[in-house]
This record gives sequence, structure tokens and C-alpha cells, in this order.
Amino acid sequence: MSISPPQEQLWWNEPIPKSELIWITTAFLWGLVMFFAMIYWHIAGEQNLSNEAYRTTPEAFAAKTEAMIAKYKVREEGGYPVVHPLPGEDVYLIGRLWQWWPILELEKDQTYRLHISSMDYMHGFSLQPVNINLQILPGYDMVLTVTPDKTGELGIVCNEFCGIGHHTMLGRLYVVDHP
Amino acid sequence: MVHSDDKTGNHPEPPTEDNSEPERIPVMQQILDNPFLLLFLGITIPAVFYVIWGIMEIVHIPIAK
Amino acid sequence: MATNEQYRICPATGLRIYRSAENLIKANAVVAVVFLAVGGLFGFMVAMTRWKAIHLLPAKWFYLVLTAHGLDVLVVWIIFFEMAVLYFASAVLLNCRLATPKLAWTGFALMLIGAVVTNIAVLQGGSSVMFTSYVPMRAAPHFYLGIILFAVGALIGCFIFLGTLIIAKQERTYKGSIPLVTFGALTAAIIAIFTIATGAIILIPTFLWSLGYISHIDPLVYRTIWWAFGHSSQQINVAAHISIWYLIAAVIFGAKPLSEKVSRFAFLLYILFLQLASAHHLLVDPGISSEWKIFNTSYAMYLAVLGSMIHGLTVPGSIEAAQRRKGYNNGLFEWLRKAPWGNPAFSGMFLSLILFGFLGGISGVVMGVEQINLIMHNTLYVPGHFHATVVAGTTLAFMAVTYLLIPLIFQRELILPGWARVQPYLFGLGAGGISVFMMGAGTLGVPRRHWDISMADAQLPYDFPGAANLMMGLNGMSAVLATLGGFIFIVVVVGSLLFGKRIAVGTTEAASGSGQPAASAVGRYGSAEAPAVPGTLAMVGVFFITFILYYFVNWKYLAEIWPLR
Repeated sequence: MSISPPQEQLWWNEPIPKSELIWITTAFLWGLVMFFAMIYWHIAGEQNLSNEAYRTTPEAFAAKTEAMIAKYKVREEGGYPVVHPLPGEDVYLIGRLWQWWPILELEKDQTYRLHISSMDYMHGFSLQPVNINLQILPGYDMVLTVTPDKTGELGIVCNEFCGIGHHTMLGRLYVVDHP
Repeated sequence: MVHSDDKTGNHPEPPTEDNSEPERIPVMQQILDNPFLLLFLGITIPAVFYVIWGIMEIVHIPIAK
Repeated sequence: MATNEQYRICPATGLRIYRSAENLIKANAVVAVVFLAVGGLFGFMVAMTRWKAIHLLPAKWFYLVLTAHGLDVLVVWIIFFEMAVLYFASAVLLNCRLATPKLAWTGFALMLIGAVVTNIAVLQGGSSVMFTSYVPMRAAPHFYLGIILFAVGALIGCFIFLGTLIIAKQERTYKGSIPLVTFGALTAAIIAIFTIATGAIILIPTFLWSLGYISHIDPLVYRTIWWAFGHSSQQINVAAHISIWYLIAAVIFGAKPLSEKVSRFAFLLYILFLQLASAHHLLVDPGISSEWKIFNTSYAMYLAVLGSMIHGLTVPGSIEAAQRRKGYNNGLFEWLRKAPWGNPAFSGMFLSLILFGFLGGISGVVMGVEQINLIMHNTLYVPGHFHATVVAGTTLAFMAVTYLLIPLIFQRELILPGWARVQPYLFGLGAGGISVFMMGAGTLGVPRRHWDISMADAQLPYDFPGAANLMMGLNGMSAVLATLGGFIFIVVVVGSLLFGKRIAVGTTEAASGSGQPAASAVGRYGSAEAPAVPGTLAMVGVFFITFILYYFVNWKYLAEIWPLR
């Protein structure tokens, strides 16, 4: 029994029943498939998170963001600046209690270097309804190279708990056609 | 911690109480019967591959210009 | 081996049960169940708040209660119960006295004090930082202190388990190798020691930081080390509840493993690789390389998943083999149909096995794919997954074994056997529903740890699809079922302990010199014949197909999001 010592004292020498052998082989091969699938996707897939990141400070990151806002601001919505940067540019997004700042306006099928960082606690960047989710930490500038492929008005939900106003922390992002 | 309790063996042809079985215990069985070796492995492997490697990755993140 | 410690022989199993071990098992199990009741009630309030039509708690209370829920059930209930399992699997199954019972009581006291202190910190309101307590969000110092005390107490318990193994070996209370269930418990203890060590490495500095002695803790380093603690603590559960599956199969069916070698090797894969999966939480964190992520998230090429898939065959396979030996040999599934479905220990164990495998196992692997995590990280999919593993898997298995422990250890008959009979089904259905509907909401992008997904107070609102609210409603209804199941469990357990009919006490005597180890009550059968288990193979076949389909469907979902690199 499983609750008593093995009857056969040299149990390692017992043969493995065939049913187990079949299943172990199958499961092992399946594990290899799943392992190499991740590597394969890095080569052939289009959705891979970059490992590009930098140490930064809230002050330095905020300065870059404000410089971008000053350069590319096109209008204002409810107190938020709306920024329309040139394709290929470095774009900055701040997560802080409790807003995503500023509102970005990107062009469809253009590629941007999107930098995200937090000014205070951890935040969760959750772009909806596309459903891209990232962990945003203070002190780290996370860089991804994104290519929005559909136009529309998107929401940025915070999905990491960041205090009592967490559920009010929403941002907006527009994807528009090339003018 | 090598196993030596064959003395109280429980074989198909039971040896007398104190007559230990000369048959060698397979190496893998010796490993699996050694809780402290397993403890060492179970702490070292994640400590090296997860914790230490992970911390080294973080330490090497460059500073933003 | 002369010891004057009191023991009795369990009339049902022939096991020798020492008084000191018995009392510790009782104390740990009782405290565990108390915290399950408290933590479960908190969970119920969380689900009722997420149900839009009810929206029970105000935001401040929601985050407070959610923090308490996570701590009380993910840590306190589970680890207290695991201490009972460790003492049972060492002292009782090895017919041995427990190493240093006094120290074990010290550990117990530390755990209890720690759990109470942390709960007080949370309920005082200044420590609603969630179970994860990510820096730089600061909790009250005694929040961390309580967890540290609790962890030290649990560490003592792990070393007493190891000490008992040494004593049993020295005093030759068993022959050959330790039983498989004890080996599984050893696996749990090893993972627990790693877990607690990493917890100490990160929480002690965080405690000092909360007091102002340390100025800065790097948030990414915190997350990396904290998850070695936070995720591995749940891997202890996996090892523990799989041991319990084997235990229940042995007690109810006299099942023996199809092959000792294979089952132990599967546990070895856990010891070596299971903890690496802490990386599941860091797949979308900045700056960590894909090499690290792929190696760790896949438990070194899915070797620990291989371990789980092996147990998924060998546990039901051992039951099938035992049933077929008893003559239930017709067709593929007579052995399963004729199983004692009215016995809550069996039904709970088997539901735990099915729900853990199909819901928890598959979702965990899929979510742990480096790239697929992008569409799931921090959504409700994550709690959906771990309610399948920790509630439907671990908690249900622990409940099932409690139905065995009450007669065996507490020597009481169950009261309300009719209630006990339906309890696993109610709880299993509820827990299964909770996880399915949370996972469903997660795939729609609904965030976890969120008070109001209608975003009523936001300056820039966003509307989730209507289906999200439906999912949260169904989640709430499932939570009602699970709560009812949990309530019945508490009533049956507490009622049985207080009012259950006493079972005739086994012989109590002082151990005299070298008592012969009690013979196992269950008959032996030859180990040579390799039993065929076609029914189990059919079941794992269905599992495998489900796994493959679900895995590739999620790659397809991933391929639909923005290209990014």
C-alpha cells in the first residue's frame, strides 16, 4: 500500500508497467513540444515581449514624458493632454496614483517604441479590449516596440492593486488611421 | 546516509533477521531514500536557477540615458 | 528505543499512534479548520462584492477583506493543515514517536501567534496591501512580523518531520524505504523549507524597511524573491494533496502504487523542478531575459508537469488496479462506477483529482507559457486558475482526508453523515464554478483585485463586455454553493469533534522495550503482476486531448493581439 513501506525492498529494480511507460513517454514528448513552442514563437511569432528595460527614476521618466507632451500635444480631454507622436518615435506613458498619463494617439500599422514606468507603487498596464497585460514597476523603464493593427478607442485598466483608488485608475489610447 | 537496513529485510525469500542481503541497492533508490540529499537538491536547484540567475538578470539591467 | 511514551494501536489500520503526535495533529488540524472558516467567509464577501447586483462591501473594506482572505486561506489554513499532514505521515505512518514534541508545540504557538498578529494588522485597516504586499506599498510592521513568526513556526514543523524520519530509521520502526505517502510528505517538507527560506530572505528586510531601518527595497528584486516564497508555498500544497490522494486510495481501497519507482520518481521531479514555476508571475516584468523566463516557467522543460501527469495516471490507476483485483472487472469503468461515491473521503478525493487536473493543471501550464501570459497576467484568469488548484484541488483533498482523520485520530464518529455525503459535491461544484467563471472573466480582460469593474468613478471610463458581468454573477452563485459546502464541512467537523459518538478506544499502553511494529491490516498481493488499467488510460487520454486543444486555442488568441517585440 501507499501508506506502508514498499513490499519489494529493491523496488527500483521492478519493471515499469506498460501503461505507465506509454503515458510517461507521451507526457515527456508533449513537454518538449510545449518547451520548443515558446522558442519557436520567438523566431516565427509576432507577439513577444521585449526584454529591453532600463533603470530610471520617477523624476527622470516624468521629465521625458513632459517633454514628449510639450512637443506632440494635439488637444486636451477632461484635463488629460492627448499626444500624437510621430511614428517610430519614443512614446512615454506614466502610471501613477491613479491615472495613466497622458492619453496617447497612435497611428494604425505604424511602429512605436513605447516606454512605460510607474511614479509610485506597482501598477498593471492592461490594454482593453486588445488584452495586453504588463507589470509596471517604479524605477524601471519598460520598452516595447508595438504596432497597433486596428483603429479604435482603447481603455488602459490598472490591474495591479495600487491602493484605495485602484479601481478608478483608467487611461485611454486612440488608434487612428494615418492622416 | 547510505541505506543499510537490509537487516530487517522483507524479501520474497525472507532471509533470517540478521542476515543482510548482499544484493546492492540501486543508486537511484539510494538517492530517493536519502532525505537530506533530496533536501540539498531541492533547495540548491531553485536557488541557483531561479533566485541567483534571476537576481543577476536584474542587476544587469542598464541605467537609462 | 526504550521510551515510555503513551501510544495506542488504531483498531482500523493497525497503526501505532503516539499520544504526543496525536495531540499535535489534532491541534494543527483544528486551528487550520478555524482559519478555513474565517478565510472562507472573507472569500464569500469578496465574491459577493464582485457580483454587480449585490456589490456588498465598500471599496476600503473590499481591499481589506481581500487581503485577509488571501492570507488566511492561502497560507494559514493550508500550512496548519500541512503540519498535521507532516506529523501524520511521519509519526503515524512510520509507527514512530515524534521528534521533540515540545519544540513542535513551540512551532505551533509561533504559527498561531503569527497568524493572529497578521490578522490583527490587516483588520486594523493600515495593511490592506494584498497577500503579495508588493513594495513600495507599506503595511504596518506587525503585518510582516506576523508572517515571519508564522514562517519560523512552520520551519520548525518541517525539521521535526525530518527529525522523526531519522528517529524512525534509527529505531527501525519500519522496514526498507519509507512509504510512498511519507515520501510525498517529504517532498512537501523540502519545498516548504525552500519556500520559508526565501520568504525570510525577502520579508525580514521588508519588515526592517517598514520600521525605517532600511531605506529602499528594489521592487523587481522583491517580486522575484517574494514569488519564490509565494508560488512555492502553493507547490507545497500540490505535493501534500497528491500524497493525500495516495493516502485515501490506500485506506479506502487498499490501493498500492502501480509502481513504486514511477510514483517516487514523479515526486523527485517535484523536488527538483517544481519551485522554478515561481517565474509564472514574472513573465511580463521588465528586463528579465527570455532565457530565464522560458527555462524557469517551463520547470526545466516541463519536467515537473511530467511529474503531475504521472500522478494523474498512477493515482486513479492504483484505485483501478485495486478495484479490479476485487472483481470489478467489467468494461472500462465498472471499477469507477462501483466506487464508494457516498463516502465523502473518496468522493472528495476523486473530485479533487479531476478538478485539479482538468481546471487547475491545464490552465496553469497554459498561463505559464511565456508569451501567452501577455493575455492573462493579473486578470481574473489568475485567481480562476489558483482557485482550481488550491480550493478545488488542495482544500477539497484536505477536507476529504479530514473525514478519515475524525475516526482515526479524533476517535469520533461523524455526525450528520447525510450532510457529509453531499458536502464534497457541493463544495466541488462551487469551487469548480468559481474557477471557470473567473477564468472566463479573465479572458475578457477583467482585472483581478478590483472593486468595481463597471468603473463608475473613473474619469476615463471603460466598459467591459456585458458577458463580464454575467461571469461575475455566475462566480457569485458558485461562491454561494462553495460557501454552503464549506459551512457544512465546518458543521460536520466541529459537530463531530464535540458531539460525535466516541469510537472504542484502542489499547493504550506504555511502550515496552522493542515492540514489534504493528502489521498492516491490509492483505498483500504479489507485486510482480503488472495490472492493466484501461479505464485510467482512457481518462488520461481524454485529459490529454483537452490539454492539447486548450493549449493551441490560446496560442491562437495570442496571435490576434497587436504585434509587439
